[in-house]
Amino acid sequence: MSYHSFLLEPISCHAWNKDRTQIALCPNNHEVHIYKKDGNNWNKIHVLKEHNGQVTGIDWAPESNRIVTCGTDRNAYVWTLKGDVWKPTLVILRINRAARCVKWSPKENKFAVGSGSRLISVCYFEQDNDWWVCKHIKKPIRSTILCLDWHPNNVLLAAGSCDFKCRIFSAYIKEVEEKPAPTPWGSKMPFGEVMFESTGTAGWVHGVCFSDSGNRVAWASHDSTVAVAEGGKTAVCTSLTSETLPLLCVTFITENSLVAAGHDCYPVLFVYDSNKAALSFGGKLDIPKQSAQKGMSARERFQNLDKKATTDTKEAVLESVHKNSISQISILNGGKAQCAKFCTTGMDGGMTIWDVKTLESAMKDLKIV
Amino acid sequence: MSKNTVSDRFRKVDVDEYDENKFVDEEEGGENQLGPDEAEVDSLIRQGNLMGALQAVLKNPPINTKNQNVKDRAEGLVLKVLSSFKSTDIEKGVQSLDKNGVDLLMKYIYKGFERPSENSSAVLLQWHEKALSAGGVGCIVRVLTARKTV
Repeated sequence: MSYHSFLLEPISCHAWNKDRTQIALCPNNHEVHIYKKDGNNWNKIHVLKEHNGQVTGIDWAPESNRIVTCGTDRNAYVWTLKGDVWKPTLVILRINRAARCVKWSPKENKFAVGSGSRLISVCYFEQDNDWWVCKHIKKPIRSTILCLDWHPNNVLLAAGSCDFKCRIFSAYIKEVEEKPAPTPWGSKMPFGEVMFESTGTAGWVHGVCFSDSGNRVAWASHDSTVAVAEGGKTAVCTSLTSETLPLLCVTFITENSLVAAGHDCYPVLFVYDSNKAALSFGGKLDIPKQSAQKGMSARERFQNLDKKATTDTKEAVLESVHKNSISQISILNGGKAQCAKFCTTGMDGGMTIWDVKTLESAMKDLKIV
Repeated sequence: MSKNTVSDRFRKVDVDEYDENKFVDEEEGGENQLGPDEAEVDSLIRQGNLMGALQAVLKNPPINTKNQNVKDRAEGLVLKVLSSFKSTDIEKGVQSLDKNGVDLLMKYIYKGFERPSENSSAVLLQWHEKALSAGGVGCIVRVLTARKTV
């Protein structure tokens, strides 16, 4: 894995361009910085200044090369590259609280914004007025939407919220698309319909992710649990309570394996067995460097016993690559079906690129099915 | 000045009650939850079967009930069982529990911390250490995030 420290401040959010040579990130302020990879260095090539509040979500559409950003100033902007400059277009979201997350749909003709106004704004471009218009999904959301993910059919949208539930909504916009085919989550999908609502986990839902086929959805909750639900006649929810601090982001790397990361500062693998409907812990994905074991003098041992009531020789230093919570995880290569590389950014201002093959060979017992 | 400024009763109004966006937890029928069986637990303690008493006292937790007496009684009973364990047996007691049991035990431990009595905190701290090594920090996070607790 390779770690690059961009800033001293947390990276609020990030997004990659199509060929993974450029990364757009928010350095915990009102701007978006775009860095371009040059050998082993990252050079800042653009600074996007338009928001009046912290930028909370960035998404880069790979095919149409448009960036959508949303912020605490209750606005979203769609940026298009004209020549060498990124030009913003304001999108009126009609929300009265901060926007928290934004995602382009797979076909890039719509995007969804989750906000503190307890609703999701689904925005699409109206050709006649040359303007982005939005529709709201309100019921039955009772608190802030923290995370979103689109189903590959461009219609279903999974949303994790602070009202302790993960839901799948239909975001079908008849102006821009055809009626969708039936899916394991349901066949009738009018706009705003709740196709699935989770039960069984308590705690804010920090991260949500559809699998590559769209038949499974996984979410990470603040009560230190990860859960997977499979669409079908009776949507089955399986959850796993973990022994670590809460996880903030989760993504599928194959149809059966999930990688999640959060306040413990290292990514973790989970494996889902659909035959047994069971989720299990696959292993820690961070290989700490073996620090030299220095012998402890009797004096140090006594001091330790006096100060910490323990003779433990472990120092209170984080051994993981990231030195602070990991807030976002994104797939670089291979898609959600056969992910080869994924990237994590965190509150330590650093970005790490993880190679799945290297991890598999470095950690025996690690099976990515 | 008008007469209305004399009374300050308006300061005691709980404005959150009138907030139309107020989040109300879903009601789950908790009327029949009576907590662990006192007689069963007492007899197990008297027989010296502490492992059995631990399992028995962690049954039927009064999580959904609104009856404070039931909750207090359950907490008192749990404390009695925890105090009757020998220090060396605490680890075995924790090992005999499954994941949910450890989470539930942690909830009772923190509830016990809230109202310390004579020797309760010392006993609870010993149990806390063992439960922590079994359940990890995640177990404590679940105590903090649980909306309905013992």
